[in-house]
Amino acid sequence: MGNARLWGLKKSPWVFHLAAAPCNNCDIEILDLITPRWDVERFGIVLVGSPRHADALLVTGVINRKTLPRVLRVYEQTPKPCLVIAIGTCACSQNIFTPSYNVVGPYDKHMPVDVYIPGCPPKPESMIMGIVKALKRL
Amino acid sequence: MNIVRILFSYVIFPGFIFTAVVGLFLTWIDRKVTARIHWRVGPPWFQPYADFLKLLLKETIIPEGSSKTLFLLGPLLGLIGMSIFAVMLFNMNFNPSGSFVGDLIVIIYLLALPPIGIIIGGSASKNPLASVGASREMTQYFAYELPFLIALVSIIIKAGGSVKFGEIILAQQAQGPFLYSISGVIAGVVIFLCIQAKLSFVPFDIPEAEQEIMAGPYIEYSGVTLAIYKMTRAMMLLLLPLFLISVLWGGFANWWAILKLLLIVVLIILVKNTNPRLRIDQALKFFWIGIGALSIIGLVLAFYGL
Ligand code: SF4
Repeated sequence: MGNARLWGLKKSPWVFHLAAAPCNNCDIEILDLITPRWDVERFGIVLVGSPRHADALLVTGVINRKTLPRVLRVYEQTPKPCLVIAIGTCACSQNIFTPSYNVVGPYDKHMPVDVYIPGCPPKPESMIMGIVKALKRL
Repeated sequence: MNIVRILFSYVIFPGFIFTAVVGLFLTWIDRKVTARIHWRVGPPWFQPYADFLKLLLKETIIPEGSSKTLFLLGPLLGLIGMSIFAVMLFNMNFNPSGSFVGDLIVIIYLLALPPIGIIIGGSASKNPLASVGASREMTQYFAYELPFLIALVSIIIKAGGSVKFGEIILAQQAQGPFLYSISGVIAGVVIFLCIQAKLSFVPFDIPEAEQEIMAGPYIEYSGVTLAIYKMTRAMMLLLLPLFLISVLWGGFANWWAILKLLLIVVLIILVKNTNPRLRIDQALKFFWIGIGALSIIGLVLAFYGL
């Protein structure tokens, strides 16, 4: 049972793109992943429109007082087991926004993060590598 | 003994399990051909099975404030309808003169079950996007059902006024497939477009338009319930082309049918990949005025035996 579940999760991780106040650059790079050049559908990765269908949340952007409750809400709405993948330096640490009054810390202060993919924005190759490494480690 | 056989035919072959396995394979063909059209590599062959397994073993959430019974009934309705439809279709094709009474009217009702399930589930899930999707599904159902029925009536006329499925197939075996005549081609085109809409594929994917209302009626479904919806769609991808083959193209009790099936499925996928989505009012106009007129012409031609 556990094995089958793990296999299914490894072979078809559906991702929900949760953009919490990024500068939009990371998002564009995420969309690159589904273009013919990188085509992550090879690994069964599909971008879905509802957190209820998702197995992994791709979080981008620096988390602030406004977005924190909403991000937590979406995290709670996602059926478990679910991975959280922090994409971009904003999500991993806080990038250049650290001194801002509105920033409430990186994601791992508020919820478990499984993968950190730094870069501003990270290259699509490095995102694929991060996700594949995380799936291998499961 | 009889009960065991009936159960076998509903649950294993040709009912639920067989149709689901083959249907999921066809969804892989769909995804692979789509990927090739996009100049991508596409998923490996076991992808739909992996998706299905994963969904089965995931947590299922019932949204707070939704109507629990209806929310869970929605996916089941379509699945039950399609399983019964599969049994009837296969029985009629492999044993057309048998005593099993299956007529087109029952099949029309069975084909209405998946959209009804989607409408019920979508409206029960207490999500504004899901209700928008459900209402669009309802409108679209009324849009494509009219030309579909008229096309079926022209087939009934060609079969000598019989609504029995077996007799339609026997008539085709006697006088050649109905498709090889003008009214047959027209009925084929009409039913083909209705299949496209029944599967909610682009250009008729209005109820679940991914870019506007995310997944429409499916938006709140997760885990097992979503898996059942996906499987119902996969079964429809197998059964509807088979239905087209059996009412117009001489039944599928021979090996050629596999080629015919693949041809129709690939055609559906090509139409899906080369068209933009219509708006709901455009779809309604398209089906009621354009396709409706075409199907009536087909009906008149069939009446004069062309
Ligand atoms: S990491 Fe860089 S590119 Fe990504 S959201 Fe932050 S500032 Fe933008």
